[in-house]
Amino acid sequence: MKYSKQLLYSKFERFWHWTQMLLVMMLTLTGFEIHGNFPMFGFEQAVRLHSAAAWSFMGLAVVSIFWMIVTKQYVNFIPTKNKLREQVLYYTSGIFKGMPHPTHKTMFNKLNPLQRLVYAGLLILIFPVQIFTGIVYMYYHYPQNPLDASGLTFAAATHTLGAFMVVAFVIVHVYMTTTGNSVSSNVKAMISGYEKETDPSLTEPSIQPE
Amino acid sequence: MKNLLNKAMSVFVVLILPILVIYLTVYFGLNKNEADKVVFQPKSEHTASVDHTQFESLQQTFTNPKQVTAACLTCHNKRDDELMSSTHWTWEREVELPGRGLVKIGKKNLHNNFCTAAEGNNGSCMRCHIGYGWEDKSFDFTDATNIDCLVCHDKSDTYLKQKGMAGWPATEETATKEFPVPDYNLVSQSVGSPDRDNCGVCHFYGGGGNNVKHGDLEEALFHTTKKVDVHMGEDGKNMVCIDCHITEKHNIKGRAYSVSSENKNRAECEQCHTSSPHNDYLLDYHNAKLACQTCHIPVYAKVNATTLYWDWSVAGRKDENGNAIKEYDADHNYSYLSIKGRFVFDNNVKPEYVWFNGTADHLLNDDSITEIPVKINTLFGSYSDSTAKIWPVKIHRGKQAYDPITKKILSVKLFAHNKGEGAFWEDLDWEEGIKQGMEYNGRYWSGKYEFIETEAYWPLNHMVSVKEETVSCKECHVRNNGRLASLNDFYLPGRDYNKWIDFSGFAIIIVSLIGVILHAVMRIFS
Repeated sequence: MKYSKQLLYSKFERFWHWTQMLLVMMLTLTGFEIHGNFPMFGFEQAVRLHSAAAWSFMGLAVVSIFWMIVTKQYVNFIPTKNKLREQVLYYTSGIFKGMPHPTHKTMFNKLNPLQRLVYAGLLILIFPVQIFTGIVYMYYHYPQNPLDASGLTFAAATHTLGAFMVVAFVIVHVYMTTTGNSVSSNVKAMISGYEKETDPSLTEPSIQPE
Repeated sequence: MKNLLNKAMSVFVVLILPILVIYLTVYFGLNKNEADKVVFQPKSEHTASVDHTQFESLQQTFTNPKQVTAACLTCHNKRDDELMSSTHWTWEREVELPGRGLVKIGKKNLHNNFCTAAEGNNGSCMRCHIGYGWEDKSFDFTDATNIDCLVCHDKSDTYLKQKGMAGWPATEETATKEFPVPDYNLVSQSVGSPDRDNCGVCHFYGGGGNNVKHGDLEEALFHTTKKVDVHMGEDGKNMVCIDCHITEKHNIKGRAYSVSSENKNRAECEQCHTSSPHNDYLLDYHNAKLACQTCHIPVYAKVNATTLYWDWSVAGRKDENGNAIKEYDADHNYSYLSIKGRFVFDNNVKPEYVWFNGTADHLLNDDSITEIPVKINTLFGSYSDSTAKIWPVKIHRGKQAYDPITKKILSVKLFAHNKGEGAFWEDLDWEEGIKQGMEYNGRYWSGKYEFIETEAYWPLNHMVSVKEETVSCKECHVRNNGRLASLNDFYLPGRDYNKWIDFSGFAIIIVSLIGVILHAVMRIFS
């Protein structure tokens, strides 16, 4: 079998991914400490770090959205039904039989149909909700003014639910990195930007490397 | 070479840059500004503009303190009008109470759960009235010479009102070693702005002993350190009462909610501190829902103990010889007195916490008991009240006499000079004490009495701690047994959680973990 390398992740995407990973880690640890699950940094420091990480996360989100729009990379996140069935079948059966991946990655199609669905869910359902409830949490201390939200009860419960979803995502996400061409190829691609592809017909990059 | 450059670039974008972002996040996240410094100008550093020893009117021979008052008023005219309209004189104030309209209430006619009520026990209680001889209802509140200027303005520290004498100092006939006849020339010639001794002589001993009532006001504050009271510490700003309780024309700022009701003319931290004193958003925004006192008074009664419980129902017990009994606890505080009942004293007490919006209601004479424990006073406020904040309070609990037929708290005559006059403290006879107390106050009594649990709420304001001893975040933001464990009408981060969301959240995580483990195992063995 012939291997070739193609650029999958640009410098910005790799920076974005790993920074976001560290921020999500920081938000999760401090967040669950604030929630009362375990002691780690101390409550006050946890709150300060959580707020600061939230601001960095939001800053990064703004930059990333801008980047996705100007580079048209947002197309990666648009859900599709095309090959969705095959992808589900692959993970539930084909993978155990050593069948090949039903989809292949390119610069403008780096997410499989299942990933598109999950990531779009994160981007549309989880992140905006976390950001919105987080801002309420930080700034809405007068429960009657200007709108009666009856305190933090709802915002906090929603924010906590979102946090659990993120943790569940991370667990599955980290595991799924091992389902590439080799156990480590997906992680290596996110570090170097390049991935070894097995099918040379699909390696022609749609855009030239920078 | 190109390969090496690519590798270096990868290290930069996937490692160095992300860590830099985290470093900056942590750095700015933990960066804390210095709290605002307060520039303090003590009001008490007022030096008298005249030398009172030079006034001939104060060199005359005084035979009666009322003559001193008359002499004061010859120069300080109109001061008597100011004073006689103040609550230090009237012991009552017309206030608007929610659901009651305008009522005249104050120390004069309110119940408490210490010595239970002042009116009817005048000889003892009215010692702390700023007048001479409020022995009974005949006291003339319009006679300016009844004003005791000296108890507040004496700077010689030699003037004292005598015990049990309804506000009079000792006379030739009543003088004792403890209470000699004051040297009126010396006292009247050494007058000035009130200092701690003048205020403390009454306000530290309310309830019949040191620190019995307030818990945060006691004789240790005459001379203290910053560790006990950051404002009054002699090793610090050494502030006196009137530095905060600013007084204009004898109108003194400050409200004690055992007798006050309205959110008016209170002494407030913001007189000197700003409303964002920490210069830190995280701490300052707590002020929306927390009084400064809540974090800055972690404990009260830091030196001497205060009364936390007073059970009148067991008063009256005598020993086998028929004599009154006195018992002490391990710290030498009273635990039982025949004339007063059983006590629980303690020091270094953690406050309890309530919502409080600056307004309060009180149990009035005509109020029927509707709940147990009976609330002697009620502090208003809740989380949903945008004007309310969490306040630290001393809650004084006890048992006192009530009429089980009319469901009213009873007025009891406790004090008399002699046995046989019906006073409980002399005769240990509840029937007679209640009969006389109710009669004096013009109230109906069915003839039956029982004892009922009562609670009184005392917001804490004094004994502010040094910043190192402030209540820490974790003392409230904690799952169990936090300081705010009893305030449950709002969501407190760190304490509260939605059990369904937490349950489903952990379920989702566990299912995800099991899922990936199963998947991995199947991959390995397929």
